[in-house]
Amino acid sequence: MSAAAETNARQRAARAKKIRQFITPEGVDLELKIAGSGLRFGALLVDLILIQLALLLFWLAVLWIGVASQSDVTEVIWMLGAFLLRTFWFIGFELGSRAATPGKRLMGIRVVARDGGRLTADAVVARNLIRELEIFLPLMMLGVGVAEDAVSGWLMLAGVLWSLTLSLFLLFNRDRMRMGDLIAGTWVVMAQRVKLDADIGVEAAGDAMVFSEAELAVYGIFELQELERVLRGRDPRAMREVADAIRAKIGRAIAEEDDVFLLSYYRQLKARLERKLLFGKRREDKYASD
Amino acid sequence: MIPPAAPARLIDAPSFSTSRFRAEREADWIAFDLLLTKLEKKGAAALTSDELLQLPLLYRATLSSLSIARATSLDKALLDHLEALSIRGYFLVYGVRESRWNRLRRFFLYDWPAAVRSVWKETLIISLIILLGALTSYSLVASNPEWYFNFVPEEMSGGRDPRATAEFLQSTLGHGKAAASKGESGLHVFATYLFTHNSQVSILSFALGFAFGVPTMMLEYYQGIGLGAMMAVFSAKGLGYDFGGWLFIHGTTELFAAALSGAAGLRIGTAVVFPGARGRLQAAADAGRTAGKVMVGVILMLFTAGLLEGFGRQLITDTLLRYAIGALMLLFWLAYYYIPRREDVT
Repeated sequence: MSAAAETNARQRAARAKKIRQFITPEGVDLELKIAGSGLRFGALLVDLILIQLALLLFWLAVLWIGVASQSDVTEVIWMLGAFLLRTFWFIGFELGSRAATPGKRLMGIRVVARDGGRLTADAVVARNLIRELEIFLPLMMLGVGVAEDAVSGWLMLAGVLWSLTLSLFLLFNRDRMRMGDLIAGTWVVMAQRVKLDADIGVEAAGDAMVFSEAELAVYGIFELQELERVLRGRDPRAMREVADAIRAKIGRAIAEEDDVFLLSYYRQLKARLERKLLFGKRREDKYASD
Repeated sequence: MIPPAAPARLIDAPSFSTSRFRAEREADWIAFDLLLTKLEKKGAAALTSDELLQLPLLYRATLSSLSIARATSLDKALLDHLEALSIRGYFLVYGVRESRWNRLRRFFLYDWPAAVRSVWKETLIISLIILLGALTSYSLVASNPEWYFNFVPEEMSGGRDPRATAEFLQSTLGHGKAAASKGESGLHVFATYLFTHNSQVSILSFALGFAFGVPTMMLEYYQGIGLGAMMAVFSAKGLGYDFGGWLFIHGTTELFAAALSGAAGLRIGTAVVFPGARGRLQAAADAGRTAGKVMVGVILMLFTAGLLEGFGRQLITDTLLRYAIGALMLLFWLAYYYIPRREDVT
């Protein structure tokens, strides 16, 4: 029992550790969440793949022109295009109003100025020019090592490791800042779109059953929100399991449909906990005292 | 006698209910969401004046809803939606203050020169380092030509080393027959190659700045070394004047840009080592923003240098004219950066 309580508390603490205070001029804390390293890496990967694809398309187009005009203009376009695309892909997209490259958009993250101010163009430029170093220095170290056999394996390994500590800098700090974020004064935070789902608290079925105070007192906010998730998921098997668990806990026999039971229970539990919330009592989970 | 509490249903909808709260405000949130989507897709210009007036009102309504919901509601879907909507709204309402065109104009008129002016100390130091590198290798190679091979790798020199004849060296400067027969077909390829290569070196020298500026200084010193060694080889054959012109036409722009990129790196390095009264992170961020502006300028300068090197130098073979163009470019950059101007008031 206490082990489960501890797990819950630990999960809450882990979530709280990712939240950063971010107070708007109106005085509301937006509670930004720092994007995890996995999402960051995923976004980078998507962007790199997209850049390669764009280059490939570009190359095909250039090839077509080149065949048509038979000049070495193609070579220039190829070199210049590759350089410009690589350097300005990130800068161009992050200067837009969503401050995110396509990869970042896909992952639901965006760049934000650390001080809460406007994300300026110079910050975007600085954070992305550093990327050149972070990605290409380890590759360059490898390249040099391979090209010159004289360099001993250990030396090459040391070089790669040293440059990797720069590239993986974001793993070593709480705010998941790259070297570039550090220099530019930026953060990458969660910026997902969340659709406004229907209010399941007002549906007619919610009043079909009435639960006593004692029956409602067994759960807290964590369980309420898990129940909400199950109700919104509308998976019959999950609903059956949860309904059985609740019935067992409060000692009710199976008498009605699962969804009617769960919806009534959800609605009354929510009303009870919200009333308590208005009086300043926030019961985090079932292990907390009522 | 007080009547006993009504035994009726305990769970009655209270007079304030979160469902009613939601029903009352939901229209605002939906309107705000639609407005934001329009703003993101088409920009501020696409909004009518009515919508523009609505934007801050809806934004504040949403933020206030978020505050109330956090204090009263336990509906996770509602809370998450309001939070996401507020974050999106905040960055759009407070983020866009200037059109792209205005930003661009301000960058060229004020921000770029101001950023370059503010790193003048670092620029001076890096220039001295490059000069020191050039002098070192020049004196070493002049006293003993064997040193040359330590400084300039074989594949880079392309035969331009102390063993080469004066005639061959002359030809590499674009005066002899060899230059004429080479033709002009490869010029733009050459220019492009130079531009991309130099840009990458400059970005690297900037990016390495945060390691306390040491790698930056080493990189710039090394650039000077190569320069000095070449200079020594040519002047030993009595071609110093011609080589100067060959170098000067684009070198003033290119070396200036190299010095600026080094200066930008050094600025970050010094900010990390000596943050002053600010926190180290804050100092690094401030320095990084200035350096970022300088670096955009550096890339533009290198583009100019690439054009001058690829086209100008190959097409203009008169040494005096080469000097004149190089000097003109230098004067232009100096005037652009360092002539004081009235600051932008907007």
